Amino acid sequence: MIKKAGRNTNFKVGAILLCLFLILLILSLICTPYDPNKMNTQAKFQPPSFQHLLGTDNFGRDIFSRVMKGAQTVCFVGFTSVAIGLAAGFILGAVSGYLGGPADEVIMRLMDAQMAFPGIILALVLITLIGPGSVSTALALGVTAVPRFCRITRACFMQIKELDYIKAAKSRGASVPRLIACHILPNMLSPLIVTATLAFSTAILAEAGLSYLGLGIQPPQPSWGKMLFEAQAYLLTNPWYAFIPGCMITLTVLGFNLLGDGLRDLTDTKTL
Amino acid sequence: MRTAAYLIKKLLSASVTLAIISLLIFGVFQLLPGNPATIILGVDADPLQVQALSEELGLDAPPLQRYARWVAGLFSGDLGRSVRYQVPVIELIRQSLPVTASLAALSLLVTVALSVPVSIYLAKNNNKKLPTFISALMQVGIAVPSFWLAILLVMVFAVVLRWLPSGDFVPFSQSVSGALRSLILPAAAISIGTTAVVIRYLKNTMLDQLSMDYVRTARSKGLGKNKVLYRHVLKNALLPAITMLGMIAVDVLGGSIIVENVFNLPGIGRLIISGVGNRDFPLVQGLVFYLALTVVVVNFVVDLLYAAVDPRIRLK
Amino acid sequence: MKTRKERNMKNFKRIIAVALVGILSLSAGCAATQKEAAPENSVPPVTESASPSAAQSTPASDVTVRVALGSEPDNLDPMLSAATDTAAVMMNVYEGLMGFDQKGDFIPAIAQSYTAAPDGLSYTFTLKKGVKFHDGKDCTAKDVKYTYEKLAGLTGEKPLNSTLSQELVKVETPDDYTVVLTLKQRDAGFMSKTILSIEEEGYADNSTKPIGTGPYKFVEYIQGQKIVLEKNENYSTIAERKPTIGKVEFVIMTDENAKLMALKSGNLDIAGVSAPNAAALGDDFSIVQGPQNMVQVLALNNAVKPLDNLKVRQAINYAVNKDEIIGAVVDGKGTKVESFLSPSMATYYNDNIAAYKTDIEKAKSLLKEAGYEKGFDLTITVPSNYQTHIDTAQVIKDQLAQVGINVNIQLIEWAQWLDGVYTKRDYQSTIIGHSGKLDPQDFLNRFTSTYDKNYFNFTNPDYDKLVTEAAATTDISQRAALYKQCQQFLVDQAASVFIQDPHIIFAVSKKLDGLQIYPVTFFNMSDIHVKS
Repeated sequence: MIKKAGRNTNFKVGAILLCLFLILLILSLICTPYDPNKMNTQAKFQPPSFQHLLGTDNFGRDIFSRVMKGAQTVCFVGFTSVAIGLAAGFILGAVSGYLGGPADEVIMRLMDAQMAFPGIILALVLITLIGPGSVSTALALGVTAVPRFCRITRACFMQIKELDYIKAAKSRGASVPRLIACHILPNMLSPLIVTATLAFSTAILAEAGLSYLGLGIQPPQPSWGKMLFEAQAYLLTNPWYAFIPGCMITLTVLGFNLLGDGLRDLTDTKTL
Repeated sequence: MRTAAYLIKKLLSASVTLAIISLLIFGVFQLLPGNPATIILGVDADPLQVQALSEELGLDAPPLQRYARWVAGLFSGDLGRSVRYQVPVIELIRQSLPVTASLAALSLLVTVALSVPVSIYLAKNNNKKLPTFISALMQVGIAVPSFWLAILLVMVFAVVLRWLPSGDFVPFSQSVSGALRSLILPAAAISIGTTAVVIRYLKNTMLDQLSMDYVRTARSKGLGKNKVLYRHVLKNALLPAITMLGMIAVDVLGGSIIVENVFNLPGIGRLIISGVGNRDFPLVQGLVFYLALTVVVVNFVVDLLYAAVDPRIRLK
Repeated sequence: MKTRKERNMKNFKRIIAVALVGILSLSAGCAATQKEAAPENSVPPVTESASPSAAQSTPASDVTVRVALGSEPDNLDPMLSAATDTAAVMMNVYEGLMGFDQKGDFIPAIAQSYTAAPDGLSYTFTLKKGVKFHDGKDCTAKDVKYTYEKLAGLTGEKPLNSTLSQELVKVETPDDYTVVLTLKQRDAGFMSKTILSIEEEGYADNSTKPIGTGPYKFVEYIQGQKIVLEKNENYSTIAERKPTIGKVEFVIMTDENAKLMALKSGNLDIAGVSAPNAAALGDDFSIVQGPQNMVQVLALNNAVKPLDNLKVRQAINYAVNKDEIIGAVVDGKGTKVESFLSPSMATYYNDNIAAYKTDIEKAKSLLKEAGYEKGFDLTITVPSNYQTHIDTAQVIKDQLAQVGINVNIQLIEWAQWLDGVYTKRDYQSTIIGHSGKLDPQDFLNRFTSTYDKNYFNFTNPDYDKLVTEAAATTDISQRAALYKQCQQFLVDQAASVFIQDPHIIFAVSKKLDGLQIYPVTFFNMSDIHVKS
């Protein structure tokens, strides 16, 4: 497995990119060169220098510090939304796939209904309802990810519960939670991990999209999506300002996508 | 009898989904705070104007009554009047649908036209330098935030090179070529990501197929490499790839919401966003319901046809 | 795991799905095109717009000028419309008894002259002869009577204008070209009601096919896209406003970048732009900028703790550095204001005001006196569609942190702002701009306790009395003195933090000339002409 991973370019590049992301994240937890929110209106739009590695923004804030702090926001929104989507999706999918019948019918109709609702609109409405901020953004993106996890879980459950050794375990009188924990879960770990990895990158891009629509993370909390959106106003005068968060998003999403693809190849999982 | 029972079952579940959707749509938008009349008239509104408008819009009725009225309207094909634009919602859909539909069609077309030859090339030359570079580029394409990509495209092709227009949609009724020209960049912004996804998928399936026994058999029988590739491998790989296109069609519709805003295209996506902002409930409800209905009807018909071809489904 | 047959079946299912999506969207598309051809769209079709390069050699009457419009019109009928942007466009189509010039002074429009009765209770207007509506009918006293009676609700229908419904008693027309408006009480601000658009008597379709007397005729409005106007060849009302540009398209553009890109690629001729972009566009466009008679304010809710404490409000005023805001947020393209009136209202603006000079120590000691030595949490609610206000909030957060006030910025949708902040007054503080009016009363009135949109929750009987007195004073210098007192009053009470009049900045294509900025947002297309 490890040997195979070493030969898989997708996995390798993805892992390297994510390691870089993690290093940035850990460093940001220890310290940043400057206070990411400290303004210095006398030093607006400084070009990159040794003092300010990536220059300063329209308020004279250090862009590098903001990018570092922004990694935390990305991580928070990504992890929370994936956790919510995974938890809710798994429970619904498990109930649906394991029980079948009317419960399956009701849950699948609900999922159908939600899938027919454009994701970005749902997120937009939810954020408006709860009030903006990183928590509500993560929550809204988590909700939009539920059907994806639900379907994967349901498919796995339906497939696995028909397997002979599960049937045998069942007839021996194994309890349902034990059955799920010992037999079903290990079997579906890889599709869930692959889906979670890809859902993470979807969440990063969706956060940027919501920022474009004026919602999402509240200023002055740094977020790459918000930075990218705010930088658009200075595209003609200071193009590099937009370039930095744009590249950070692209590289991180790329990292997660490659890692997801690599994992999919390595574990030979079929997901869409 | 079984066919009839199956049909009824499917019809029932589709109607349940639709009912849930209608409740979801209506409920979700009703919960949003904000009065359309104040939004339309703005900060300088005279209270008398606001009152007159609220009454005219029928906003004073209780929610249940409004829901009933809305659902009744759905059955008679009357989606109500847009609060913001003061015209029937159906009229607005008719105006904006051609834009979104042609944008989606063009994006799909570009995706197919690009991805098939590129993935054949990649499959044929697997593990060489240039193809690997192209694959990497494709991956980057998916990872760029769509609105940024759209803005960058406009910067390059409309502002610097001035090859294509921006911010000016020419309606089809006026000039078909003009309309297409104004759709090229938005379609590019959408299809870069989807093309990358399809290529990745198509390339992998073709590589899978190439390693299969029948390819070796055919080759050993003396069939040319290209002949095997185009006659058999491509054909077998395209079928699963088309399943991607169904998903991508949905992605394209979702992606058009942001892209239409960046390019100032008067399509469904822009209407939805402005409708949410203006609390134009009849408009947003109508638009979202129309989109959802399309999805549900497609799924329903597919289920039926599927069952018609494969009787085992009905027996289950 | 799957049999070949099953896999093929699944593929087949998906092929059908794709085909269906295609068919559905195609059929809908067809339905749409058929409908467009139906006769209900009786507006004349738009002809191909002149390309920028072709414009150089064509006469002005063949030129199409494209102007960016920041928001969708609320209603094309001026009686039902309240949005600034809509009026800015429709003032080309409609005219009032009086008009106004760049300085905000009233000029005769449909009326040739007027006299106010010595008691200030009636105004007599003599109308110009030969003014025609776009449908060719003469504009006479009966149209004026129709308009004002409808607005004031004198015909028995519901009124549409609160001031007129309270003030206007009757409208008389001694002859076809004389109108007498009688008021219940003296109102020095009444002149600002004489610019209200005059509509044709009995014409009910102003919302869909507006007909006025103005220099431009309405051609069409495509929802979500544009409003098209064309030159009124028979225009005669105001000699200097005879139009030269043949056709004007107001293109609705909500996205700042879309606007910028359209300018750069030659698809727009005139657009309001942000300060940094104005600098970047400089070479290809001429930049016209100036104060827009707006007041950007950090509005404080005077009724909630701890902002109900005068010392706290004063401390905030001392802590905020307006010059820094203007420098950071609008690149210095703003005029500092000290009270709730823009300096562009030269007659009424109090330029001698005793204002708060930024003083962190003073602010700290005031907070200490008020019992907030350790500071407090303050939420600034900002509408998410105004980047200038969001940026201002970020600078203020930074400034207030110096005195220990911890600011939370809360972005909300415009719809929520109007509902929660502006109507329900459920907020602590907010940042917003109040835009141009011709009468100072319309600004200062906002702080009176009886004003229904006094979202500042500022109540002070002495202030109410001052404003009421000013409103009834017809002598301009006396009235100005009273309004200056009102402004000082608001400053003394630290009713809010009055920040700046952010300049309006237009980028204008080099082929055009003449754009003027008015104290009320007004795209006066008659000012624009093609450079020779």
